[in-house]
Amino acid sequence: MIHDRYQLAFRLYPYERAADQDAKTPVRHPVVVMGGGPIGVATALDLGLQGIPVVVLDDHEGIGQGSRAICFAKRSLEIADRYGCAAPMLEKGVVWNLGKVFHDDRKVFEFNLSPEEGHKFPAFINLQQPYFERFLVERVRAAQAAGAPIQIRGRNRVEGVTLHDDHATLEITTPDGPYSIEADWLIGCDGAGSPLRGMMGLDFEGRVFEDSFLIADIRMTNDTFPTERWFWFEPHFKSGASTLLHKQPDGIWRVDFQIGWDVDRKEELKEENIRARLDAMLGEVDYEIVWTSIYTFQCRRMQKFRHGRVIFAGDAAQQVSPFGARGANSGMQDVDNLGWKLGLVVRGKAPETLLDSYDVERIQGADENILNSTRATDFITPKSAVSHCFRNAVLDLAEHYAFARPLVNSGRLSVPCNYDVSPLNGVDALPGSPPCTRPGSPCPDAPLDDGFLLDRLGGDFVLLGLNADLPDTLEEGGIAVRPVSLTSAQDGSGALSARYLGQAASGVYLIRPDQHVVARWTAFEETACRGALRRACGLE
Amino acid sequence: MSLTTDPNIPDPDGFYARLIACHEGLSEAESAAVNARLILILANQIGDADMLAQALEMARHPGQ
Repeated sequence: MIHDRYQLAFRLYPYERAADQDAKTPVRHPVVVMGGGPIGVATALDLGLQGIPVVVLDDHEGIGQGSRAICFAKRSLEIADRYGCAAPMLEKGVVWNLGKVFHDDRKVFEFNLSPEEGHKFPAFINLQQPYFERFLVERVRAAQAAGAPIQIRGRNRVEGVTLHDDHATLEITTPDGPYSIEADWLIGCDGAGSPLRGMMGLDFEGRVFEDSFLIADIRMTNDTFPTERWFWFEPHFKSGASTLLHKQPDGIWRVDFQIGWDVDRKEELKEENIRARLDAMLGEVDYEIVWTSIYTFQCRRMQKFRHGRVIFAGDAAQQVSPFGARGANSGMQDVDNLGWKLGLVVRGKAPETLLDSYDVERIQGADENILNSTRATDFITPKSAVSHCFRNAVLDLAEHYAFARPLVNSGRLSVPCNYDVSPLNGVDALPGSPPCTRPGSPCPDAPLDDGFLLDRLGGDFVLLGLNADLPDTLEEGGIAVRPVSLTSAQDGSGALSARYLGQAASGVYLIRPDQHVVARWTAFEETACRGALRRACGLE
Repeated sequence: MSLTTDPNIPDPDGFYARLIACHEGLSEAESAAVNARLILILANQIGDADMLAQALEMARHPGQ
């Protein structure tokens, strides 16, 4: 019997008996994903769209309730766009730019995210996690209808994993009883409490933060609050040591109260107690409580994300504090990074060792996220008297002097990682070009006369020529490179040139399937380009 | 010359983290002593009497 651990927002993958359950011997699959959350489903989508068969196992029949991750960064939307499901996210999501910071009863300052012009997607959208997940699953359904070899098996709980040199065997419980399957590759996307990590006895060390946060999602009857992010340090209404107010779709607002470490959860979650905090903050306003939760957090990561034929992604591999929206957004970058590499390895076009670069690159990403979210947490919840004194001194000064404002840290919003130390990077041989597109960087978007640059990149290797001659085709070791030729004539805004050429008159970029730069040169030179491609595929 | 009040610290988060780390494990009295020494070291670096007077006034009465 499999009991639900949580209530569902959307029942999208009800249990169905699979042919594997009637097989005499365990059926072998190229890729099995444990966990049908956003990271597991995105992994399946990435691989399935490449034509790689993938099976997702989840012990529930759909998406859990609760808004949870509510800020999705531009990079996550760009990745989702590559999978073909960003449009409904953008349509449903709330775009916000203005943030206000308060201390006690005073506004300290406000900031505008004022996103750089010329990107298809905004810096951030606010969207309840269940919607984000639903749009991914709906995209899976459309891909399946078009022949993508993806299976999502609801109410399939993995009870045991046996590891072998070249595969893993999984023991699975279902409402129809147990069965086994084998996986050439097993991807652990089973969340912060990862049962897979537990079964394998793997480490998950890090720093515990001794504080609790109470979340209340409320629907305002009279929707008069502006679409802004409001953050209070030591609010005068005394509802928490800090408080965050953020808008979501459907007229719902997220309120986060920092309520201390030693709290009686049951008592705090009583509606009358939550309402007392909300009333003190909001005054005479009518609202309905939609969802509440208390969370604590740690900043930690696994020492290695790849363990032979088992690879971890998302919260299963790393956990950060929520400040800065680096959880789900980091997980989406894990998927983006792993998908094409695993695709090449499964197809036999790249050696298994290519997957070690996933470890290098995403551990760099995890460390960057942990560093940023730890610093924000230390600022928001100072751990000593002197730290508290400095924090309040910064807030006092920030109210009057611009110099102190960059020191105010209520969360540094998630930006994608530049894989500067990646073993896959090639040369940076384009004199005069800007650092934002150096090898290892995620390609910044730019408007073209008929759409956006990122629409032309990704999915496979691209050779991007800017005012440069390219060959019609290029193939190395069975890996095809797609030439994309652009000229200044298509760059009316000048953004493409500013972001990719700088002072250079022409340039050639080799770009990975996850839209990160491998190498750049002034002009196409075949030997150099082939070498860079081989290096980016782990072939040398 | 007037004191700069525009942002002038590269990597503000890194600086702030080092500032807090400098106090790790100290008692409040020890931290106050570190802060006093730090102020004197930075004051010496500034040197200019007029600028120091402005800084003292800003710290004592922010925004006035």
